[in-house]
Amino acid sequence: MEFTPVYYLIPSLVMFCCGVYGFLTRRNMIAMLISIELMLNAVDINFVVFNRYLFPGSMEGMMFTLFAIGIAAAETALAIAIIINLYRVAKNIDVHDITQMKF
Amino acid sequence: MDITIPILILAIPLFMFLLLGLGGVKMSPKLAGVLGTLGMGTVLVLSYYTAFTYFFSGNPLFVDGTDRLQFVAFNQTWLQFTDKLVIKLGFLLDPISAMMLIVIPTISFMVHLYSLGYMHGERGFQRYYAFLSLFSFSMLGLVVATNIFQMYIFWELVGASSFLLIGFYYTLPSAVAASKKAFIVTRFADLGFLIGILVLSYYTGTFDFKTLCSNPQAVFSSFGGATFMGASALTWALVLIFTGGMGKSAMMPLHIWLPDAMEGPTPVSALIHAATMVVAGVYLVARLFPLYLLEEASLMFVTVVGAVTAFYAAVVACTQIDIKRVLAFSTISQIAFMMVGLGVARPEIHEGLGYMASMFHLFTHAMFKALLFLGAGALIHAVHSNNYTAMGGLRKYMPVTHITFLIGCLAISGIPPFSGFFSKDEILSACYENHIFWGVWMTMVAGMTAFYMFRLYYLIFWWDDPDYEERAKENAHGHGHASLPHDAPWTMTLPLIILALISIVDGFIPFGKFVTWEGHEYTIHINWLYAGISIAVAVIAILLARHLYIRKNDNPKAMADSCRWLWEAAHRRFYWDEIYLFITRRIIFDGICKPIAWFDRHVIDGTMNGLAYVTNQASSAIKGFQSGKVQMYIWWYLIGALILGAVTAVCVL
Repeated sequence: MEFTPVYYLIPSLVMFCCGVYGFLTRRNMIAMLISIELMLNAVDINFVVFNRYLFPGSMEGMMFTLFAIGIAAAETALAIAIIINLYRVAKNIDVHDITQMKF
Repeated sequence: MDITIPILILAIPLFMFLLLGLGGVKMSPKLAGVLGTLGMGTVLVLSYYTAFTYFFSGNPLFVDGTDRLQFVAFNQTWLQFTDKLVIKLGFLLDPISAMMLIVIPTISFMVHLYSLGYMHGERGFQRYYAFLSLFSFSMLGLVVATNIFQMYIFWELVGASSFLLIGFYYTLPSAVAASKKAFIVTRFADLGFLIGILVLSYYTGTFDFKTLCSNPQAVFSSFGGATFMGASALTWALVLIFTGGMGKSAMMPLHIWLPDAMEGPTPVSALIHAATMVVAGVYLVARLFPLYLLEEASLMFVTVVGAVTAFYAAVVACTQIDIKRVLAFSTISQIAFMMVGLGVARPEIHEGLGYMASMFHLFTHAMFKALLFLGAGALIHAVHSNNYTAMGGLRKYMPVTHITFLIGCLAISGIPPFSGFFSKDEILSACYENHIFWGVWMTMVAGMTAFYMFRLYYLIFWWDDPDYEERAKENAHGHGHASLPHDAPWTMTLPLIILALISIVDGFIPFGKFVTWEGHEYTIHINWLYAGISIAVAVIAILLARHLYIRKNDNPKAMADSCRWLWEAAHRRFYWDEIYLFITRRIIFDGICKPIAWFDRHVIDGTMNGLAYVTNQASSAIKGFQSGKVQMYIWWYLIGALILGAVTAVCVL
């Protein structure tokens, strides 16, 4: 059986849509963070796939994926720190209840 | 001649200004006064030494055979912008600057000494001496300027020190107004001066006096016949430079500040507004005289302005009540005499007699007018009023002031052998030689000078004898000291006596040997025809004044009443101040500035305010978007991204 990019892209699309859906609907901040990670990973898969099939001789997509994973790790650490601090102040990490930052 | 002494002449007053200005608060007033006076005394000695060396040493640097040369002691580059645009500071010695090196320190020293008595116990005594030093520094820097830009710098500095000293009593609103008026009017004139400098240096490519004046023909050709509005550019430049002189020397129509400047302390009036600063305009024209000679039109302008001003000021002086105002108008009139002297000078008439006469008059006038002002100061000090109505019969109480004031009056009226006779007679001769009209006109003004000075003299020292004892008793209630008017302490009378002695003898100086327009020696011979006419006119005027004012009578009042409108107009200085107020307030403020201010406030500010208002309103209308609900933002973002994607897709595919 021949593996075309579509076999990889469809799961990646599903992952991305799940991420978007989760990000829009989940009220727990940790869950929102997980959704963001999901979207990022979908993007990483796309990078690798397009690199493998369109430019087999070069490594840019792979390198970029590694880079994005690194950034994602840092971003997660930062977000977790913010959430923990928020929890200490508000005893709550429900995004619908945290609406002080407005006009 | 080495450069130590010239530098010291400028540095000592500057140092004194800094010392007294910065450290004065910590000194006792007496120490500050004595220090300032001693500093000025040192400058006096050094300047005399410099001037006498210049005139008498016969050094080939200063004199070539019988011709006096311009000698530059030093000329330091101060600011260099381009190759040509260089501003230098230097020290130029030539006949007129050497003469001013005698006049300025003499008067300044007398005033320093006199002020020790006059200003005794005033608040801000140290500040006063600091400003006097600043003025002396600026004025000395002005006269020794090697280039026109240095002159301009010091010109502004004397204006600033004049401003500071007129406003010395800054708690009096009238003094504040007078200082502002003097500053603004002279600054307005200086605008013309600056434009003139720029025009002149634009064409000639130099600021240097020596380069400009040693070869006037080159200056003339460098203009290359450029014209502007019917007159040559050179004439414009010279007339504009003269405008600066008109402002400083209070020529019509820029004379309005000088009478008000009398709000300052009287010694300041003597130093700045009678003897030195106000003749800066004359000095400026004299300095650039070879250039003025190139354009007869500009000299004609100088003559006409001078002649009109002389007459006007003499008329007004006849009707003033405040004795300092009389002296102020007399100063204006006498400076106008000097201007006319320069204006009528031509090399072909007695080798430029008018130039020499004008400088001579500048010299003698500085001495006797300082004397008169210091005398007036002594009177005011004794009577506590500026008006002659509070005086009268003072000859019995103040003999020294009386005699010295009389000498001053005789000198200014041109009675031989007092100094004014010689210098004024030379100016009148020059006027007659130029055109009989100027001669007759200026002789008439000279007669009026004698009249108003002796009117003042008789009204102060003769006339009625008010009951001073009665008044002293009244004063005793108010001020706590009861005393008859009496002569001032020696610090005040000594300068009077010295200046009176100078006024008696300085007419005999063979001035033509020292100061002439090209440095050639010139022997003064008194033309007895003209001299006779002027003496006769002066004597008649004095006798008339004596007849009218020696004893209290009603004739002067009757005369004034018989021609009320004229007297009133002259008393109100022919409404010049009102005209200025009308022009500035009604036409410039109401007619031009207010519409512009309205436009600025409503149209320009309105546009800006409108933009801000629209932004503000739009912001508050849409601020609900920022709800604080993070997921709402994401929705909006997602919708936006999808729309953008859809649009892109539609456009690209």
